[in-house]
Amino acid sequence: MCCSGGWRDVAETSVARPIARGPRGQVGAQGATKHLLRWVAIVYVALLVAWPVTLVFWNTFAEGLQPVIETFTDPLVLNSLRLTAIAAAWSVVLNTAFGVTVSMLLVRYEFPGKRLLNALVDLPLSVSPIVVGLSIVLVYSTTNGWFGAPLANAGFHVLFSTPAIVLATTFVAMPLIIRELVPVLQEVGVDQEQAARSLGASFPQTFRRITIPAIRWGLLYGIVLCLARSIGEFGAVKVVSGNLIGQTQTATLMVEQLYFDFDQEKAFAISSLLAVISIIAIITVSLLRARAESRSHS
Amino acid sequence: MTQLLETAVFPGPDREKRSGPGGVFYRPVSTLTKGSGLALGIAVTWFSILVLIPLSAVVATALAGGWAAFWDTLTNAQTLAAIALTLGEAALVTVVNVVIGTVIAWVLVRDKFPGKRLMEIVIDVPFALPTIVAGLVLLGLYGPRSPISWDVANTRTAVFLAFAFVTLPFVVRAVQPVLEELEPEVEQAARSLGASGRQALTRVVLPALAPAIAAGAALSFARAVSEYGSLVLISGNLALRTEVTSVRILTYVEGGQSAQAAVVATVILVVALLVIVALDVLQRRVARRG
Amino acid sequence: MNAKARAGWLAGVVAVATMGLAGCSSAVGETSGAPDAEATSLSLVGFAVPKAANNAIQTLWAQTPEGAGVTWVESYGASGDQSRAVEAGLEADYVHFSLEGDVTRLVDAGLVDPTWKDNEQGGIVSSSVVVFVVREGNPKGIDSWDDLIADGVEIVTPNPGSSGSARWNILAGWGSVIADGGSEDDAIEYTTELFNNIVALPGSGRDATSAFLAGTGDVLLSYENEAILASQEGEPIDYVVPDSTLRIDNPGAVLKDADPKAKAWLDFLYTPEAQAEFAKLGFRPVIDGVTVGEVEGANDPANAFPTPGTLLNINDDFGGWSEANPKFFDEDNGIVTKIQVETGKSS
Repeated sequence: MCCSGGWRDVAETSVARPIARGPRGQVGAQGATKHLLRWVAIVYVALLVAWPVTLVFWNTFAEGLQPVIETFTDPLVLNSLRLTAIAAAWSVVLNTAFGVTVSMLLVRYEFPGKRLLNALVDLPLSVSPIVVGLSIVLVYSTTNGWFGAPLANAGFHVLFSTPAIVLATTFVAMPLIIRELVPVLQEVGVDQEQAARSLGASFPQTFRRITIPAIRWGLLYGIVLCLARSIGEFGAVKVVSGNLIGQTQTATLMVEQLYFDFDQEKAFAISSLLAVISIIAIITVSLLRARAESRSHS
Repeated sequence: MTQLLETAVFPGPDREKRSGPGGVFYRPVSTLTKGSGLALGIAVTWFSILVLIPLSAVVATALAGGWAAFWDTLTNAQTLAAIALTLGEAALVTVVNVVIGTVIAWVLVRDKFPGKRLMEIVIDVPFALPTIVAGLVLLGLYGPRSPISWDVANTRTAVFLAFAFVTLPFVVRAVQPVLEELEPEVEQAARSLGASGRQALTRVVLPALAPAIAAGAALSFARAVSEYGSLVLISGNLALRTEVTSVRILTYVEGGQSAQAAVVATVILVVALLVIVALDVLQRRVARRG
Repeated sequence: MNAKARAGWLAGVVAVATMGLAGCSSAVGETSGAPDAEATSLSLVGFAVPKAANNAIQTLWAQTPEGAGVTWVESYGASGDQSRAVEAGLEADYVHFSLEGDVTRLVDAGLVDPTWKDNEQGGIVSSSVVVFVVREGNPKGIDSWDDLIADGVEIVTPNPGSSGSARWNILAGWGSVIADGGSEDDAIEYTTELFNNIVALPGSGRDATSAFLAGTGDVLLSYENEAILASQEGEPIDYVVPDSTLRIDNPGAVLKDADPKAKAWLDFLYTPEAQAEFAKLGFRPVIDGVTVGEVEGANDPANAFPTPGTLLNINDDFGGWSEANPKFFDEDNGIVTKIQVETGKSS
């Protein structure tokens, strides 16, 4: 990522001088600084994230296992989980297709407006969920939306049903895969692809056999981040879904409904499930990646 | 902001001349083939349907009343305060994230201690937790019933706290891969040439990390200005004190004033875009120098 | 197994899990009610607070010939949000909102007939009053509007800017000053001191209740039915009905092109049986002749709805919402809006 060869040349030609190394041979901050950094990092992460998250799990089981069982046998809850799964699945599929395409275009090609596209692609991250919802309502409202009125006449309802939920979810998670893929694509370089093409492989073949395997970890990581974000989206979906009980309530909307109906344990039970699914997905990919990389280094 | 490498090639009929600190180089105007051109067309169309058209509807609504109405909304005291608070706290959080995010990335890459794996996982949790749940637990721990008596509910610190929570992973995850690639030999070389620890850090390591830090910072800022769910219960929404733009927009929407809501939304959108672009330019400068 | 195969495995597991989830609950989503050629499905869009009451009355109605076999599709949320959603195309046969203005919006959009409130109750189907919700035992002894502006009292109330139903609370305070013989200036002064003591303005009524229950503030301005419901759910709170308070009127209306059964439902809501169900959950009956049994959670379950010394209402004392909204809550010149900004500046 960084460097021109310059520093390496210097390293090879310089006179070796003893360098402070740690007891296990590490280079870098020693002693007090190292411990200071370590503790600052640990305390910050613990207070900001770790402790609040354990509270989620704690609150879930505060009254024992019974409320948790009740939660996951409630048909309305199961329905909301199903809806979340559908929206997340669509979001992942659409964003992966879009993400891979755009990443390849941004890294491997030149075209007018490339820089603009690069900047715009990060935009959804900075849009407040209320604005996301507002924008979708403005476009698809059946009374005076740009598309809404004509679509309604054709019998196609977007707002307050699954299509709007899918749109909102896909919107917010859009930049995540691209962000992961672009650096990896740059890292991987074109040599192998060019070699394959020069040997007569077609683009689909090259893509499938060379590119995808080379970027698979970045891609997988981007996919699980996209999945996690899609599962957890709340604000935008709330505005566009109509919150129809049993029909357009996603899991996060269900959490809000339950919490406000004084059903705290159930709300936390669902939250724990959503958090666990995302965490497991992220861990799995990280572990697999670490194992594959250590194997390739040995 | 994802960092793009410039492809420097030789002059030719379909190339445009560009110059940079390293000299003049020639970038092809377009290297699209028929297939990739089509792919670009489809991608841009999808992007328009999903993102650009809804956002332009917002901008159009904002401008519907003309510039006078636009200005009127912006100069409303409550709105101005909300914008200032949101941008200010987001900038503050971004600065904190730059420092602490780099420290955390450093610790994760260069240090070894029991529980490091756990910390790796915990850092990604803000991605995974629905924001409303984050708000509930932050309120539980740092609100009136705080077990350690740290009650920041209904103050600006609560806004900072919520922002810090949701933006934690960005700088860390941007810096970590770069730090992993950075070989210790480079620092060793600097040290062996007489650089002190601090010099090695500021002259060698940080410039190498700067593009990644800038990228992470851009995302951290963008994410912070758009936060809503985790703030709702803990910030109190007090006018001119703890009211953020998301809440202000909601107030306008509730009052049937979509135009004003759209104005605030547009302003935030433009600022975020400017920050993203500015950090991109900064990245390029540093990358080229390094 | 190499890493690639393992990744494929993972993807496969996720895909199967998704399809499994999709398949196994495909039958869910239909609400209860015997599927039957005559079955009608009615859509109810309402504000969050009376959900339990509506559900109880639906069960009751299903036992009558008119209501037999009717299935319901429901949505509950903040009153303003719900009203706007219906305006933007959310299907509804019957709407139950917190404020008349939310129905007026639908009248203006051509979805509700302007004659919707031409009945004896003026279109109001449920009613309550503004109360003070305090910690169990009322440790700070908050009993009157004057107690609210005392030093050191911390008030929580939903945000009148973003929550229409929050406006009842502020108007109740204002109205009590005028009813006591004060002038408009006195009322402005009172409201200013009130806002000085407000420590949080959560987005909606339920948000405010949640914030209060999580420990914010000493007193929550809320609705009697909300307090009773919280009490029924075992929350450690008490509530005080101040001597002078404002009656909260929640309108219910049937939409123009609603299923004809929706009208029968609306008529049912005005019967003593239905109003008794509302009463069980803390709402005050809107018709006479309702036998109110024991209301669990009320201060005195045997006499759950004491008549306050002075009971104001929005029409007689404030000229109706059409006058009150612009006067108090106009975005730029509303009295309350200006006070909110002034008190914000001063801290």
